[in-house]
Amino acid sequence: MLELTNLSASYQTIHGPVHVVNDVNFVVQDNEIFGIAGESGCGKTTLLKTMYDMLEYPLVIDKGNVRLSGTKDGESFAYDSGHIRKAWWKHISYIPQAAQSVLNPIMKLKYQFLDSIPEDERKNETQEQTLQRVAGYLEELSLSPDVLEAYPFQLSGGMRQRAIIALATFMTPNLILADEPTTALDVVVQRGILMMLMRLQRKNRNTLVIVSHDMGVHYQMTDRIGIMYSGSFAEMGRTEEIFKNPVHPYTRMLIDALPKVGDRSQKVGIPGRPPALSNPPPGCRFAARCPHATDRCRSEVPAFAEVRPGHFAACHLLEKEAKS
Amino acid sequence: MNGPLLELNQVTKVFRIGGMLSRKRIKAIDNVSLSITSEKPIILSVVGESGCGKSTLAKMILRIHTPEMGTIRLNGRDYADRKGFDSMQFRKAVQPIFQNPYESFSPRKTVDTYLYNTALRLKIAPNREAARQLIDDTLRDVGMSLAVVQGKYPTQFSGGELQRVSIARALLTKPKLIIADEPVAAIDASMKMNIVNLFRELKEKYHVSFLYITHDLSTAYYVSDLIATLYRGSLIEYGPAKDIMDKPAHPYTELLMNAVPRVGDKWAVDVAMPDMEEKEYALTCCKFAPRCPYATEECRQSCPDVVSLPGERKVLCYHPLVKPEGATT
Repeated sequence: MLELTNLSASYQTIHGPVHVVNDVNFVVQDNEIFGIAGESGCGKTTLLKTMYDMLEYPLVIDKGNVRLSGTKDGESFAYDSGHIRKAWWKHISYIPQAAQSVLNPIMKLKYQFLDSIPEDERKNETQEQTLQRVAGYLEELSLSPDVLEAYPFQLSGGMRQRAIIALATFMTPNLILADEPTTALDVVVQRGILMMLMRLQRKNRNTLVIVSHDMGVHYQMTDRIGIMYSGSFAEMGRTEEIFKNPVHPYTRMLIDALPKVGDRSQKVGIPGRPPALSNPPPGCRFAARCPHATDRCRSEVPAFAEVRPGHFAACHLLEKEAKS
Repeated sequence: MNGPLLELNQVTKVFRIGGMLSRKRIKAIDNVSLSITSEKPIILSVVGESGCGKSTLAKMILRIHTPEMGTIRLNGRDYADRKGFDSMQFRKAVQPIFQNPYESFSPRKTVDTYLYNTALRLKIAPNREAARQLIDDTLRDVGMSLAVVQGKYPTQFSGGELQRVSIARALLTKPKLIIADEPVAAIDASMKMNIVNLFRELKEKYHVSFLYITHDLSTAYYVSDLIATLYRGSLIEYGPAKDIMDKPAHPYTELLMNAVPRVGDKWAVDVAMPDMEEKEYALTCCKFAPRCPYATEECRQSCPDVVSLPGERKVLCYHPLVKPEGATT
């Protein structure tokens, strides 16, 4: 289970700190696929980095904590932010954005696999034995073991991405963070990869956090979904509930912007662009693009409150509805 | 004007792969014939997954690659005719929009330099003052303005905004045809629709046809009049967008359609993933046969011919999912 409490993170720049994650609170349960949606620049990747404890200056955690806990092979473990690094690969792993380009281009894949598997996981095996295990695992994922002998540039984007996923899941970590695992891939490969992730999750009963800007992907994959806007969550709840009854205007617009096969009616994208995080407006950050914005929205920050059991949203309009 | 605006007649492009002495060849585009009418502006989508030859096709139409076989004609003029072909005229008539707007503009130049260069070098505007007016008008048509764009570098724009600027740049020459190679693939889902809607508007306003190259069938269907599906270099299905979406005739088009992540019905069956591209290009039978759920012995032995279907549709398949003209059942 992954718990985020009052987490705020910022990038330190010469013009002062840019607050990219603002007071985020949520829990990802075990055996769950949790989706994070939002436009580019809303802080999705930064949030994921703080969850993975991949904090490199200028990114710093201002306050709050991330706690990773659970049991694996009968042993329970718990790590707080600052120590999650110790759990890398074994308990938590990360599939970065554009994973196709994170492989070393001048190293055969097998050496990259060997490099990433920690010593104690290898259990006194020889390199060949470890590679055999890896090859067996690749076959399970219907990936030809030939890829181990290939250099990254000999494989297509989809193949590289699948190899990365194999590497990230080889030690069956309790939590997998996937950052836009299928952007830059075409739809057929995207579907193949997402289904592979789903199969793995079902088999290992671990937790998957998936970040994507495509609401269609979230509908297909996730159990719960959180919609991020400008550094904090606008809405969070069960996926079916969110798609059936979105309460935040932003979520509604995101869903409406989705083109559908078999529907040629006029669709509109979301007008405007998200506010600059370096100088955010007061009040609700979505107010400038929201068709229902009032003066109160422009001055007062809405609270992230429970609308229905398990369904949270941050919007002033909802309070009014609840009162009346 | 009569005759088609753009006509591709049995075009084939061969690439040599491997080392310098390698004799391995792949047909990146294999015997493709297509035409775009000059009677009214249309949007023709070319769909297919990565490595199917979409971009090669676009590059041939843009005269970046020359085909090994076949002819490409613009307004009846053959590309290969060096004397009779007016490059200046061609550049005015055909304009590209590329996938990643951050890569199509140099990060060290301001964006408006490109706009001025296009307007002045192609002699669309006689002087800078006239160019300024033209650029401002065009930018306004795509929802921007010169005041917003002036003096800014590409990194100061969002992807959607920058893509709008590149559309405006293409429009400056009042082209007849715009080749849009994956114009929305690198753009956020929420901005995608704004760009695609823009194509629809501009088609009417500027009387410009679009060749819209994409792997995303949902936007292709939304925007286009005609759809052509490419698979490993062959044109496997062609026809009006609505008919194809209602009932795809080629199993591959069906596969593409089912792969779009949509809201409504959840994925049930797994999808057939592509093998190494090189292997699939080398096949002499139907290239889709190894992945096709309906493949028979016939498909694995020889290559099918083009079959005409009702409603000006064409499909390259032994067992089309829509019954051909004159079929008994």
